[in-house]
Amino acid sequence: MALDTSEIKVGDSYSEMIVEDLTRTQIVQYAGASGDYNPVHSDEKFVTEVAGYPTVFAHGMLTMGMTGRMITNYVGDGQLTYYGVRFVNQVWPGDTLTARAEIAAIREENGETLVDLAISTTNQDENFVLTGNATARAA
Amino acid sequence: MAVDRFPVEASHILMFARSIGDTNPIYYDEAHATSTAVGSIIAPPTFAQASAQFDPDYVLRPKAGQKWFGSGATPSGAATAKKEEASDSDGDGKTSGSSAGGLHAEQHFTYHRHLKPGDVLTAETKPGESWEKESKRAGVLKFSESITEYRDEDGELVITARGVGVVTEKVIEQ
Repeated sequence: MALDTSEIKVGDSYSEMIVEDLTRTQIVQYAGASGDYNPVHSDEKFVTEVAGYPTVFAHGMLTMGMTGRMITNYVGDGQLTYYGVRFVNQVWPGDTLTARAEIAAIREENGETLVDLAISTTNQDENFVLTGNATARAA
Repeated sequence: MAVDRFPVEASHILMFARSIGDTNPIYYDEAHATSTAVGSIIAPPTFAQASAQFDPDYVLRPKAGQKWFGSGATPSGAATAKKEEASDSDGDGKTSGSSAGGLHAEQHFTYHRHLKPGDVLTAETKPGESWEKESKRAGVLKFSESITEYRDEDGELVITARGVGVVTEKVIEQ
C-alpha cells in the first residue's frame, strides 16, 4: 500500500530495528547473493593481517539493503522512484541497527504525488552508519 | 563494468531478499504478488547491485584458475598481485583499507520502473567525477564516481545507478 497523503504530513517519521546482533553468517549470506566476495567482509585473516582492520565488517550495500526494507515497509511495494545513501561509518558483527525515515516534503510532479524522505540508520551507540534520501509515489 | 546480459531471476531475488532479512512476500510469492497492485514479483530496491554476478571481469569474485587475494595458506593468496594493484592505483604503494580498490562511499538508484523476474538487462558503466578530501580518521580520501545505466531488452532505461568509491590513505581509525 502506498502512502496516503491524507494521512501523512511533513515531519512524520517511521523507524524499524533492521538487524539485531548482526552475524558474520548474514554478511556471508549477503556476499553470496550480491556476488561481492571482497575478503574484508568474511576473511578474518586477510582483513586483520593484510587490510589492517580489527575484524570483518558488513558490505555498505547490506546496510543499504536492510535500510531499504524499512523504507519499502513504510512507503509500499514498487513505489520508490529514488533511493540514495552515504555510508558514514562501518558496520561490524554484533551491531544492532535502527533505520528511520522522516517525511521532508510532499510535492506534485508530472501529475504524481511524491513524498521525499530523509533516511538515517544508527547503531547501538547511536552513531550514524548511513544517511540518505528517498522519494516515493504516494496515493 | 559492462554486463552484456543480466537475467533477473526469481530464485536470485529470493536469495537476495533473504540476505537482507526481508520476508516481504512480494519478493518470492507469485500468488500474493499477482493479487497486489504491483502485479508481479519484483526485486528489492538495491537488487541491481547483484548484476556483479554477471560481470565476467568483476574483481571481487574468486575465479577458477586465478589467484585470489584473500587468505589461503597465507593471509593473502596474491600478495605480489596486490602490491602491483596498489602501485597501479596511486604509485606510492601505501594504499590501505580494502586492497581491492577501496571502500564504498555512496550509492544512489533512480528507478524508472522496478525489476521483475524475466527482465534481461544490460548494464553500461561510465566514470563520473573524481575529487579528494582530507579526513582526520583516514588521511587523504580519493573519491571517484561511476554511473551505471541498466536497460531492458527494448533499450528502455530501467534503473540509473550512481556509485562513489573511496580509497583511503590509511585504515580508518575506529
